[in-house]
Amino acid sequence: MRDDANTMGDYQTRQTYETFSFLPQFSQQDVYAQVEYIIAQGWNPGIEHEHPSNAFNHYWTMWKLPFFGETDASRVWAELEACRRAYPDHNIRLIGYDNYAQTQGMQLVVFRGRG
Amino acid sequence: MAKTYQAGVQDYRLTYWTPDYVPLDTDLLACFKITPQEGVPREEAAAAVAAESSTGTWTTVWTDLLTDMEFYKGRAYRIEDVPGDKEAFYAFIAYPLDLFEEGSIVNVLTSLVGNVFGFKAIRYLRLEDIRFPIAYVKTCLGPPNGIQVERDKLNKYGRPLLGCTIKPKLGLSAKNYGRAVYECLRGGLDLTKDDENINSQPFMRWQNRFEFVAEAVLKAQGETGERKGHYLNVTAPDPEQMIERAEFAKELGMPIIMHDFLTAGFTANTGLAKWCRKNGMLLHIHRAMHAVIDRHPKHGIHFRVLAKCLRLSGGDHIHTGTVVGKLEGDRASTLGFVDLLRESFIPEDRRRGIFFDQDWGAMPGVFAVASGGIHVWHMPALVSIFGDDSCLQFGGGTQGHPWGNAAGAAANRVALEACVKARNQGRQLEKEARDILMDAGKSSPELAIALDTWKEIKFEFETVDKLDVA
Repeated sequence: MRDDANTMGDYQTRQTYETFSFLPQFSQQDVYAQVEYIIAQGWNPGIEHEHPSNAFNHYWTMWKLPFFGETDASRVWAELEACRRAYPDHNIRLIGYDNYAQTQGMQLVVFRGRG
Repeated sequence: MAKTYQAGVQDYRLTYWTPDYVPLDTDLLACFKITPQEGVPREEAAAAVAAESSTGTWTTVWTDLLTDMEFYKGRAYRIEDVPGDKEAFYAFIAYPLDLFEEGSIVNVLTSLVGNVFGFKAIRYLRLEDIRFPIAYVKTCLGPPNGIQVERDKLNKYGRPLLGCTIKPKLGLSAKNYGRAVYECLRGGLDLTKDDENINSQPFMRWQNRFEFVAEAVLKAQGETGERKGHYLNVTAPDPEQMIERAEFAKELGMPIIMHDFLTAGFTANTGLAKWCRKNGMLLHIHRAMHAVIDRHPKHGIHFRVLAKCLRLSGGDHIHTGTVVGKLEGDRASTLGFVDLLRESFIPEDRRRGIFFDQDWGAMPGVFAVASGGIHVWHMPALVSIFGDDSCLQFGGGTQGHPWGNAAGAAANRVALEACVKARNQGRQLEKEARDILMDAGKSSPELAIALDTWKEIKFEFETVDKLDVA
C-alpha cells in the first residue's frame, strides 16, 4: 500500500492474482484457515505453480497430484513449502477441488515468485 | 360407449374440477392465486382457470367429441386458503405434457397466462409457481454455459463476482464510456455492464461502444493479469440486428454479452441463448419490465416463475434484486428463487414461497445478480445472503467514490475479499460487519474513504409484495 499523502487519490493499476490478491499478504495462519475451510467443505486440496510470466494461462503445472482425502492442514502447508523450495521464482497457488460442483471451490495464490 | 353431443353452456367445474386427481410426474403443475368476483364459488373459479388455460371455451362445441378431452384437459385438483386473506385462494392445476410444444417457454406462457388473465368471473389472478416436469426441462436448452463453466472461463473461484453498471446510464460518448469501463476494471472489478436502456442511440452507436469497450477490457486484462469482461448489450429492435451485434462482440474477443429478456421477449431470448451456446459466449440477462408483471401481490406473475422461465429459455446471469438495496425484495422469497436459479433440485418450501418440488436434472445454474443501490457497507450482508454463486454489482457504489472508478473498484474488491476471508474463517458476517470492514480499511485507503462516504445511506421501506403468511 502507498502511504505517501501526495499519491492519495492516484490509483495505480497493479498486477493481481484473482481471489484474495487485494488483501495484505496472507500469514501462515491465514493460509491454514483457508486450507481448513477447504477440508471442511469436503473438497480436495491441490497445488499448482507457474512462472509469473505465464501466470495468465489457465493451466499451471501441478505439484504432484491433488491431495485426495487429505484432512491435515499441516501436511498441505508442508507441500506448499516443498513446492516453494523447488520453484522459488514461481507463483504457487492452492486449489480446493469441489468434485460435486465439478469446479474449483477455491483458488488462492499463496506465494508470489521472486522472478 | 361414445358420448352424444349436447349444445349449450355447462359449469366449468363439471369437467375441470377433479379433486381426486393424482398429478402425474410428467404433468406441468401450476399454482394460481385467484381472487374471484363476488358470488363465484371457488371450485368454479378454479375450474374456469384450468379450462381457459387449456382446452376449454365458454360453451360446448361438437368438435370436442372428435378428440380425447380426458387426455388433453387441464385439471384443477386442489384448493387451499391463502393465509391472512379471506377473498383469495390458491388453485393447483395440472396440465398434461402434450399440451405444450417442446422447448417453448413462449408456448407455456401463452397458455398459462393468456386469455385467462382477462377472464370476467375473476377479479385478480396471479401465477405463483410452475412445476416443470423433468421431461419438459430436458427439451429446453437452458443457460448457454452455467455457473461452473463461467467460473472456469473467467478464472474466478471461491467468491462472488464483482461488477458495476456504467453511469450515467445515458448520454456518454463511446470513448468516454470506454474510459469509465477501463477505470472500473483496472481497479479490481471483474465485470462491467451496459445499462439496460443503452442500445444504439444517436449519442453512442453500438459499433463505437463495442470497439472502445473492447480496447478497455483487453488493456485492463493485460495490465492486471486477471480476466475481465463487459456485458455488451445486444438488445436490438429485431432479431437480425441482435445477432449482428452478438457476432461483432465475439469478433472483438469479448467473453460476454447481455440481453433484456422481458422487453425483447422469450423468442428472441431463447434464440440468443442458442447462439451463445454455439459460439461459447456468456449471456447476462437483465429484467426490465419485471416489476410491472410481478410486483402486485394479487395479480400478475410472481418473479420466481419468470426466473424459472429464464433458466429454461437460457441465460448465465439474471438480476434478482439485492434485499438490502434501493429496489424491492423480500429476503425469504428472494432466497427461494435464488435457489431455483442455481440448484439442481429444490424441495417445496412455503416459507420461501416455493409451492412445488422442482427437479432441473443436469440443467446448468444461473448466477444471481444483486444490483441497485448497494455500497461497501452492504458487502457483509450481500456475501451472507447470496453466497459465492452471485454477481454483486455496485454502480454508484463504485463510480461515486471520491477518487473515481478505479479506487471505488478497489474499495469494493478489498471489502469483498475481506468478507469472504472472514466467512471462511468461521466469523459471523452480518454480526461482525463493522469490525471486518473497518479492519480491512486499515490497509486500504480506498476502502477507508468509501466507508466514510457511505456510512449513513440506507433504504428502509416496507416490501410491497410480501409472502403470504398466517
